[in-house]
Order: sequence, then structure tokens, then C-alpha cells
Amino acid sequence: MRNYIFRRLLYAIPTLIGISILVFAVTRLAPGDPVRLYTFGALNITEEDIQALRVHYGLNKSLPEQYVDWVTLAIQGDFGKSLQYNRPALPLLLERLPATLQLASVALVLQLSIGIPLGVVAALRRGTWIDNVIRVFAVIGHAVPTFWIGLLFIILFAVTLRWLPSQGLLTVGHDVWDIGDRIKHIVMPAFVLALAGIANYSRYLRTETLDVISQDYIRTAHAKGLRERRVVYVHALRNALIPMVTALGPLLAVLVGGSLVIEQVFTWPGIGQFTYAAARSKDYPVIMAGVMVSSTLLVVSYLLRDVAYAIVDPRIKVK
Amino acid sequence: MATVATAARPVEVGQRKVAAGLWEDAWYRLRRDRLTIGAAAVLVLFVLLSAGAPILAERVFDTTELSQDLLKTYQRPTLDPPKYLFGSDELGRSQVVRLFYGGQVSLFIGFVAALMNITIGVGLGLVAGYLRGPVDDVITWFVTTLNSVPILFLLVIFSALFAPSAFLLTVVIGVLFWTGVTNFVRGQTFALREREFITAARTVGATPGRIMTRHILPNVLPLIFVLMMIDVGTIILAESALSYLGLGVPPGTPSWGSMLTNAAAYIFKAPWLVVPPGAAIFLTVLCLYLIGDGLRDALDPRLKQG
Repeated sequence: MRNYIFRRLLYAIPTLIGISILVFAVTRLAPGDPVRLYTFGALNITEEDIQALRVHYGLNKSLPEQYVDWVTLAIQGDFGKSLQYNRPALPLLLERLPATLQLASVALVLQLSIGIPLGVVAALRRGTWIDNVIRVFAVIGHAVPTFWIGLLFIILFAVTLRWLPSQGLLTVGHDVWDIGDRIKHIVMPAFVLALAGIANYSRYLRTETLDVISQDYIRTAHAKGLRERRVVYVHALRNALIPMVTALGPLLAVLVGGSLVIEQVFTWPGIGQFTYAAARSKDYPVIMAGVMVSSTLLVVSYLLRDVAYAIVDPRIKVK
Repeated sequence: MATVATAARPVEVGQRKVAAGLWEDAWYRLRRDRLTIGAAAVLVLFVLLSAGAPILAERVFDTTELSQDLLKTYQRPTLDPPKYLFGSDELGRSQVVRLFYGGQVSLFIGFVAALMNITIGVGLGLVAGYLRGPVDDVITWFVTTLNSVPILFLLVIFSALFAPSAFLLTVVIGVLFWTGVTNFVRGQTFALREREFITAARTVGATPGRIMTRHILPNVLPLIFVLMMIDVGTIILAESALSYLGLGVPPGTPSWGSMLTNAAAYIFKAPWLVVPPGAAIFLTVLCLYLIGDGLRDALDPRLKQG
């Protein structure tokens, strides 16, 4: 097992290199000169000053050289100072990481705890109206734009019914440890973020469960007189869940990527919102750190997924 | 004698040609799938309404895409006059007309970018799956890398820094969303290249290029259409999210996503503005997914769920 984890870690390195090249290329090939952008409007600046600044920031070197310079520093956690906040970019982002992780993990828990039972119930009640409702819900949950559902929820629960707050982590001025207040704030964004996953899981698990319950060992379990509940939850669900671990991959991507829009809709102060704001004001160091941090988050969650898969299914080896 | 003939008839009526090909077979099943046909009809209607937006605006709604009426802002939805069918926004613009124009953007980007994705995805998938070795390693590296970046982050940054035109945006989406197709085609090619008919083709001296395009491609093509429908849906969702963030097509062009940005800004004043653009995105994507599902069942009934 240790060997597997180690080799899987090695495979993450080329991926991270690829991501860094991509991020570097997108930001460096963009039109517009960051030095001119940030000296724009400065009165007593001469052409020599601009050239000096360019040399100072290493912008006069060739692109591959600039890339190596950037990566060398980035590995050590130095993405440069934010042009807006005049503080190192990485700590700025890491301060906002807990909010994003909170949102994503609550959403993940919701996905699993709603999606899995729905899928099992649909499979067991196959062909009935319950099954049909769940299947229709699964298709709808997949096709609906999440930010739109977010807006509709705000209209319904925040504007009309006034049950839930429409934005932020917690009520301003409240105690930071007021858990009730925090739960109220996280319910809507987490559920909206989880929606696609709930749909996906219920659909996936329905197919898997149907597949498993038609197998011989389930008939054997029935034949030896086990109660239905035990057959389903102990014998069938265990095997139906194994392929679900692979399905986690795209869903994690949805959680990280989707958080950008959802954080915007619900004014959630996470890395998605921060990177978005940085992109709008062309704050290059923060943009680059933002994509690297969110991608690393994704690479790490893929890694955890693969390790989890290797644990539940010992046949798996690194190819 | 006559009784025998009439007895035999009903059987013949229900029967179809014995040696129907894959596509006739699929079409036979598809025609009987009411849900898929309905979804296709709705999608075609949306395409027609979007394409006919200028004519509809002039003839039916008696207004244009840009005409404002500052005395008639935040009109509630009404049938009188018809141009306020879905109400009006903060500039008194007809929402229904803007909705049709917005459809042009979403549908164009969706279908054109998906076509690019499919082309790239199928090409790379075939090459990776058939040639294997270092070529496969490089392509797999591309796929893993792209899959490990939250694509929406990348799109947001690209749009913010490059301020792309609608066409450039389409191209960028077209070169970013192909990894799923490649994975699928690569997997299929892996399996197909070991089959006897490929060995036979190789024995008679067919070049790798010919084997890939003439022998492997036709076998994966049917399901590519399914993937394409789902792909178009995914792209429309991504584009609308991007437009919602104010980073999609350049401002001025109405798109479903940017109409929602507007609606969100006036959510307390005019909550009804939120419904039509979102419903349009949702219905379009829903129809595309349903068509995708229906196509898959029609092309390969063994995969049918339920």
C-alpha cells in the first residue's frame, strides 16, 4: 500500500508541471503589459523607469527563463506580492481556503447522504412512481444551471420567506463560534453546489444497485433467509459502492470549479471569489496562485480518491 | 384461401426490413421514443426562435433588441403589449426579444465549440489508443493536466485577461473541453485494435491512418453523437456561468447568462426577470441531455436503463 501511494504521488508531478505551464502561458500571453497597467496615470514616470521596472521584475528575459524563475519561487510558496493588496499572494489565498473547504466538504457530505439513498431506493422500487420521480430529478439536477437555482433560492428563502440569509459566512458582528448562525449561512450555497452531485450519484447508484441485486450471491442471501434490509445494506450496497469511488473524480472537479460561481452568487469569501476578483483587476500574482491552489486541491483530491479506491478494491495497481 | 391471407397481414404490417443497418435500426427505435422526439422538437423550436429573432422582434413584438423605453422600466410580465411578455429590465428593454437574441449566442457557442471538441477529442483518442507508447503517454499527460485544472477558473482568467470576442471564446472553449471524448475514444480504440478484423486489415497492408479512420472510427462513431449532445449541454452551462460572471461574450450582446447577471442585480425590485433566461438555459440543456440518452438507447438498446 505504501508503495502504491508513493508511486501515485510521483504521477502527480508531471500533472502539476503541466498545470504550471498552462497557467504561466495564459497569464503571460495575455495582451497588455502589467508594468504599464500599474504605472498608468503615474505622472513623473519616464521610459527609463519603465524599463528599469521591467528588469526588476524579470520581464525582459525570454519566456522559458521567466517560467523557470517563476516556478522556482512558486515551489517555495512565493507567488509574488499581490498588486492590489501589496501583500504576498499565497497567504492571501490561504486565508480564504478554509471557507472554500467548508463549503465543498458540506456539499460533498450532502451529495453522498442524499444521492446514495435516492439511488438505492430508486433501484429497489424500480418501475414505480418513486423510481420515476427520482430519475426525473436526476436529469433535472444535471441540466439546471446551478447559479440560477441559487438565485431562485435567494428569492424564495431569503427575500420572500426570510428564513435564510442570502450572503456571507456569518452575520456581521456575530460571535465567530455561533454555529447555528454559520449553519444558516451555509445551507443554501452548499445545497446548490451539491445539486449536480446528488443527481449524478442517484443515477449512478441506481444502475450499480440494479446490476448487483441481479447477481447470484444476492439470491443466495435471500435464499438463506436473511432479511431484506440486511441483504440490501450489507450484501448489495457494499459492492454497488465500489465503482462509485471512481465517480467521485468528476464530481470533485465540479465542487472546486463550481465553487467559483456559487461563491459569487452567495458572496462566500473563498478562493473562488478571490481569484475571480483578482482576474477582474488583473492582479497577476493572485490569479496565478489562485489557479495553482485550486488545481492542487483537485490533484490532492484525485490522489485521495485513488488511494480510497485501492483500499476498497485491492486488485487495483498503478498501471 | 382468402382468410389465410388476411390472417397473415397484421404480422407483416408490424414487421420491418430484416437486414436493416445500424442507422435505420436506430431511427426505427428513436421514432417510437416519444420523450426524445419531444425534446428534439423543443430544441428545434428554440433554434428557430433564436435564428428568427430579428424578424420576430420586428413583426410580432414591434420592437428591436436594443430599443429602450425609460418610462417603461421593470414592467411586470403581461400580454399587452406582447413585447412585455416576460417583462422589461432596468432600461425598459423587451425581455422576450433579448431572450431570443441570447439564444443565438448560447446555441452558436454550444454547437460550434462542441464540434471542435469532438474533432480534437476523437482524433487524439484514436491516435493515443492505436499507436500507444510515447504518443499515448503525451496525450494522457495533456488529458490529466486539463482534468486537474478547474476549467471554469481557467476560462474566467482567460476571459478577464484577453477580453475575447464571441468567436475567440468559442475557439477557446472548443480546445478546452475535449478530454472526456478522448478518454472514451482511447478506451474503445484500445479494445478494438486487438480484434481480428483489425489484424486482418493490418495483414493486407492497411496503413495505421487507414485502419484508424476506416476500421476503428466507424465503430465508435455512433456513441460520439451521444457524447456530442451531452457536450453541447455542458458547454452551454459553462458559457452561461461565464456570462453570468460578466466574462462571456462582449457586453452589449445579450446572452442568457448576462441577462441573469442583470436580473440578479435587481432581484429585490423585479424578481420575475430571473425566471425566463434561467429556464431557457435549463430547458435547452435538458433537451440536449434527453436527446443524448434517447440516442444512446436507440443506437445500443443493450445499454438501456430500467
